[in-house]
Amino acid sequence: MKVREIQKEFSLDLAAGEKGLDRDVIGGYCGDLLSDVMANSISGNIWLTIQSHKNILAVALLREISGIILVNGHQPDDETKAKANEEGIPILLSPASAYELAGALYNAGIRKKTE
Amino acid sequence: MHAIYDEYEIKAKDFIHAGEGSIKIKNTLKSLGLKSDIIKCASICAYESEMNVVMHGGEGILSLIVDDTGIIIEVRDNGPGIGDINMALKEGYSTAQDLYREMGFGAGMGLPNIVKNSDSVEIFSQKDKGTYLIISFWIDQKDR
Repeated sequence: MKVREIQKEFSLDLAAGEKGLDRDVIGGYCGDLLSDVMANSISGNIWLTIQSHKNILAVALLREISGIILVNGHQPDDETKAKANEEGIPILLSPASAYELAGALYNAGIRKKTE
Repeated sequence: MHAIYDEYEIKAKDFIHAGEGSIKIKNTLKSLGLKSDIIKCASICAYESEMNVVMHGGEGILSLIVDDTGIIIEVRDNGPGIGDINMALKEGYSTAQDLYREMGFGAGMGLPNIVKNSDSVEIFSQKDKGTYLIISFWIDQKDR
Protein backbone atom coordinates (compact mmCIF):
# COMPACT_ATOMS: atom_id res chain seq x y z
CA MET A 1 0.00 0.00 0.00
CA LYS A 2 1.20 3.53 -0.81
CA VAL A 3 1.12 6.44 1.63
CA ARG A 4 -1.32 8.10 -0.78
CA GLU A 5 -3.75 5.18 -0.42
CA ILE A 6 -3.59 5.39 3.37
CA GLN A 7 -4.27 9.11 3.21
CA LYS A 8 -7.30 8.52 1.00
CA GLU A 9 -8.71 5.49 2.76
CA PHE A 10 -8.54 7.04 6.21
CA SER A 11 -9.37 10.60 5.10
CA LEU A 12 -6.19 12.03 6.61
CA ASP A 13 -5.10 15.62 6.04
CA LEU A 14 -1.71 16.09 4.42
CA ALA A 15 0.42 18.63 6.30
CA ALA A 16 3.60 18.35 4.22
CA GLY A 17 5.80 16.11 2.12
CA GLU A 18 3.46 15.63 -0.84
CA LYS A 19 6.18 14.41 -3.19
CA GLY A 20 6.62 11.29 -1.03
CA LEU A 21 3.00 10.15 -1.25
CA ASP A 22 3.85 7.32 -3.61
CA ARG A 23 6.24 5.68 -1.17
CA ASP A 24 5.40 2.07 -0.34
CA VAL A 25 4.35 1.25 3.21
CA ILE A 26 5.48 -1.99 4.82
CA GLY A 27 4.05 -2.30 8.31
CA GLY A 28 3.89 0.40 10.91
CA TYR A 29 5.21 1.52 14.25
CA CYS A 30 3.73 3.56 17.10
CA GLY A 31 6.09 5.47 19.37
CA ASP A 32 6.81 8.81 20.96
CA LEU A 33 10.27 7.98 22.34
CA LEU A 34 12.66 8.66 19.51
CA SER A 35 15.25 6.13 20.65
CA ASP A 36 12.57 3.44 20.73
CA VAL A 37 11.53 4.29 17.18
CA MET A 38 15.16 4.31 16.06
CA ALA A 39 15.71 0.89 17.60
CA ASN A 40 12.49 -0.85 16.63
CA SER A 41 10.94 0.64 13.53
CA ILE A 42 11.84 -0.86 10.19
CA SER A 43 12.47 0.52 6.75
CA GLY A 44 9.17 1.25 4.98
CA ASN A 45 7.09 1.65 8.15
CA ILE A 46 4.38 4.23 8.59
CA TRP A 47 5.06 5.92 11.95
CA LEU A 48 2.30 7.04 14.31
CA THR A 49 3.39 9.58 16.92
CA ILE A 50 2.42 12.67 18.88
CA GLN A 51 5.89 14.20 18.43
CA SER A 52 5.70 17.05 15.95
CA HIS A 53 9.10 18.79 16.13
CA LYS A 54 11.66 18.80 13.35
CA ASN A 55 13.79 15.99 14.74
CA ILE A 56 11.14 13.42 13.77
CA LEU A 57 12.33 13.94 10.20
CA ALA A 58 15.88 12.99 11.21
CA VAL A 59 14.53 9.74 12.67
CA ALA A 60 12.38 9.14 9.58
CA LEU A 61 15.33 9.71 7.24
CA LEU A 62 17.70 7.53 9.24
CA ARG A 63 15.23 4.65 9.51
CA GLU A 64 13.75 5.13 6.01
CA ILE A 65 10.25 5.61 7.37
CA SER A 66 7.75 5.96 4.50
CA GLY A 67 5.50 8.46 6.20
CA ILE A 68 4.57 9.98 9.55
CA ILE A 69 1.05 10.29 10.96
CA LEU A 70 0.63 12.80 13.77
CA VAL A 71 -2.17 11.46 15.93
CA ASN A 72 -4.48 13.00 18.54
CA GLY A 73 -4.77 16.18 16.47
CA HIS A 74 -1.10 17.19 16.81
CA GLN A 75 0.19 19.64 14.23
CA PRO A 76 3.73 20.05 12.87
CA ASP A 77 5.48 23.41 13.23
CA ASP A 78 6.66 25.36 10.19
CA GLU A 79 10.24 24.08 10.39
CA THR A 80 9.01 20.49 10.49
CA LYS A 81 6.78 21.07 7.46
CA ALA A 82 9.59 22.75 5.51
CA LYS A 83 11.94 19.84 6.18
CA ALA A 84 9.27 17.27 5.28
CA ASN A 85 8.69 19.07 1.98
CA GLU A 86 12.42 19.24 1.31
CA GLU A 87 12.93 15.53 2.00
CA GLY A 88 9.64 14.32 0.53
CA ILE A 89 8.50 12.59 3.70
CA PRO A 90 4.70 12.84 3.99
CA ILE A 91 3.27 14.07 7.28
CA LEU A 92 -0.39 13.13 7.65
CA LEU A 93 -2.71 14.29 10.42
CA SER A 94 -5.31 12.35 12.35
CA PRO A 95 -7.66 13.33 15.16
CA ALA A 96 -7.72 9.68 16.28
CA SER A 97 -5.44 8.17 18.92
CA ALA A 98 -2.48 6.00 17.96
CA TYR A 99 -4.36 2.98 19.32
CA GLU A 100 -7.44 3.54 17.19
CA LEU A 101 -5.56 4.39 14.03
CA ALA A 102 -3.06 1.55 14.38
CA GLY A 103 -5.98 -0.86 14.76
CA ALA A 104 -7.58 0.47 11.61
CA LEU A 105 -4.32 0.31 9.65
CA TYR A 106 -3.71 -3.23 10.86
CA ASN A 107 -7.19 -4.26 9.74
CA ALA A 108 -6.47 -2.67 6.36
CA GLY A 109 -3.60 -5.14 5.95
CA ILE A 110 -0.59 -3.08 7.01
CA ARG A 111 1.00 -5.76 9.15
CA LYS A 112 4.38 -6.87 7.97
CA LYS A 113 6.72 -6.88 10.94
CA THR A 114 10.10 -7.91 9.67
CA GLU A 115 12.65 -6.18 7.49
CA MET B 1 38.25 1.11 -0.85
CA HIS B 2 40.05 4.37 -0.02
CA ALA B 3 39.82 5.17 3.66
CA ILE B 4 37.22 7.84 4.38
CA TYR B 5 37.36 10.41 7.15
CA ASP B 6 34.50 12.88 7.63
CA GLU B 7 33.63 15.03 10.57
CA TYR B 8 30.60 17.05 11.55
CA GLU B 9 30.13 19.71 14.18
CA ILE B 10 27.52 19.20 16.91
CA LYS B 11 26.14 22.18 18.77
CA ALA B 12 24.64 22.03 22.23
CA LYS B 13 20.85 22.49 22.43
CA ASP B 14 20.61 22.86 18.64
CA PHE B 15 17.59 20.66 18.00
CA ILE B 16 17.02 22.29 14.61
CA HIS B 17 20.16 20.78 13.07
CA ALA B 18 20.43 17.78 15.39
CA GLY B 19 20.67 14.56 13.44
CA GLU B 20 22.13 16.10 10.29
CA GLY B 21 25.60 14.65 10.90
CA SER B 22 24.09 11.20 11.38
CA ILE B 23 22.11 11.52 8.15
CA LYS B 24 25.31 12.44 6.28
CA ILE B 25 27.06 9.43 7.81
CA LYS B 26 24.20 7.18 6.71
CA ASN B 27 24.32 8.59 3.18
CA THR B 28 28.09 8.09 2.98
CA LEU B 29 27.78 4.45 4.09
CA LYS B 30 24.99 3.90 1.57
CA SER B 31 27.07 5.38 -1.22
CA LEU B 32 29.81 2.85 -0.41
CA GLY B 33 27.37 0.06 -1.23
CA LEU B 34 27.26 -1.47 2.24
CA LYS B 35 24.23 -3.61 3.19
CA SER B 36 21.25 -2.17 5.03
CA ASP B 37 21.89 -4.02 8.32
CA ILE B 38 25.26 -2.49 9.04
CA ILE B 39 24.03 0.93 7.84
CA LYS B 40 21.07 0.65 10.22
CA CYS B 41 23.35 -0.16 13.16
CA ALA B 42 25.78 2.64 12.36
CA SER B 43 22.90 5.11 11.83
CA ILE B 44 21.38 4.28 15.21
CA CYS B 45 24.73 4.69 16.97
CA ALA B 46 25.55 7.95 15.20
CA TYR B 47 22.12 9.40 15.98
CA GLU B 48 22.08 8.36 19.64
CA SER B 49 25.55 9.73 20.26
CA GLU B 50 24.81 12.94 18.36
CA MET B 51 21.63 13.52 20.37
CA ASN B 52 23.48 12.86 23.63
CA VAL B 53 25.87 15.69 22.80
CA VAL B 54 23.01 18.01 21.80
CA MET B 55 21.21 17.31 25.10
CA HIS B 56 24.09 17.06 27.54
CA GLY B 57 27.38 17.64 25.95
CA GLY B 58 28.29 21.18 25.08
CA GLU B 59 30.03 21.43 21.72
CA GLY B 60 31.16 18.30 19.95
CA ILE B 61 32.51 16.60 16.86
CA LEU B 62 30.98 13.52 15.26
CA SER B 63 33.38 11.72 12.98
CA LEU B 64 33.26 8.78 10.64
CA ILE B 65 36.20 6.63 9.63
CA VAL B 66 35.68 3.82 7.12
CA ASP B 67 38.09 1.45 5.47
CA ASP B 68 37.87 -2.09 4.09
CA THR B 69 37.81 -3.68 7.51
CA GLY B 70 35.41 -1.55 9.46
CA ILE B 71 33.58 1.58 10.46
CA ILE B 72 34.51 3.75 13.42
CA ILE B 73 32.23 6.49 14.70
CA GLU B 74 33.91 8.84 17.17
CA VAL B 75 32.09 11.42 19.22
CA ARG B 76 33.97 13.97 21.29
CA ASP B 77 32.44 16.74 23.34
CA ASN B 78 33.47 19.30 25.91
CA GLY B 79 30.35 18.87 28.04
CA PRO B 80 29.90 17.98 31.69
CA GLY B 81 31.00 14.35 31.36
CA ILE B 82 29.05 11.24 32.37
CA GLY B 83 28.78 11.07 36.15
CA ASP B 84 28.36 7.31 36.39
CA ILE B 85 29.11 5.36 33.22
CA ASN B 86 27.78 2.06 34.61
CA MET B 87 24.43 3.67 35.42
CA ALA B 88 24.34 5.46 32.04
CA LEU B 89 24.68 2.07 30.34
CA LYS B 90 21.54 0.79 32.09
CA GLU B 91 18.35 0.94 30.07
CA GLY B 92 15.95 3.54 31.43
CA TYR B 93 18.54 5.58 33.34
CA SER B 94 18.65 9.19 32.20
CA THR B 95 19.67 12.58 33.53
CA ALA B 96 17.91 14.48 30.73
CA GLN B 97 15.77 17.49 31.58
CA ASP B 98 11.97 17.17 31.49
CA LEU B 99 11.72 19.38 28.41
CA TYR B 100 13.81 16.92 26.40
CA ARG B 101 11.83 13.97 27.69
CA GLU B 102 8.62 15.61 26.50
CA MET B 103 10.23 15.85 23.06
CA GLY B 104 10.81 12.10 23.11
CA PHE B 105 14.50 12.23 24.03
CA GLY B 106 16.14 11.19 27.28
CA ALA B 107 14.44 7.81 27.57
CA GLY B 108 17.60 6.23 28.90
CA MET B 109 17.98 4.17 25.73
CA GLY B 110 20.81 6.04 24.04
CA LEU B 111 23.93 4.30 25.31
CA PRO B 112 22.17 0.89 25.57
CA ASN B 113 21.13 1.24 21.91
CA ILE B 114 24.71 2.07 20.97
CA VAL B 115 26.03 -1.01 22.80
CA LYS B 116 23.39 -3.27 21.21
CA ASN B 117 24.04 -2.06 17.69
CA SER B 118 27.83 -1.98 17.57
CA ASP B 119 30.69 -4.48 17.84
CA SER B 120 32.48 -2.48 20.51
CA VAL B 121 32.13 0.79 22.40
CA GLU B 122 34.76 2.57 24.42
CA ILE B 123 33.71 5.43 26.64
CA PHE B 124 36.12 7.92 28.16
CA SER B 125 34.57 10.60 30.28
CA GLN B 126 35.78 13.08 32.84
CA LYS B 127 33.68 15.40 34.96
CA ASP B 128 33.57 18.94 33.58
CA LYS B 129 36.01 18.01 30.78
CA GLY B 130 33.92 16.04 28.34
CA THR B 131 33.18 12.66 26.87
CA TYR B 132 34.80 10.66 24.09
CA LEU B 133 33.06 7.67 22.54
CA ILE B 134 34.65 5.28 20.05
CA ILE B 135 32.08 3.02 18.42
CA SER B 136 33.32 0.28 16.10
CA PHE B 137 31.81 -2.08 13.55
CA TRP B 138 33.63 -4.79 11.63
CA ILE B 139 32.73 -5.02 7.95
CA ASP B 140 32.28 -8.71 7.11
CA GLN B 141 31.54 -10.38 3.79
CA LYS B 142 27.79 -10.28 4.59
CA ASP B 143 27.92 -6.48 4.96
CA ARG B 144 29.19 -5.81 1.44
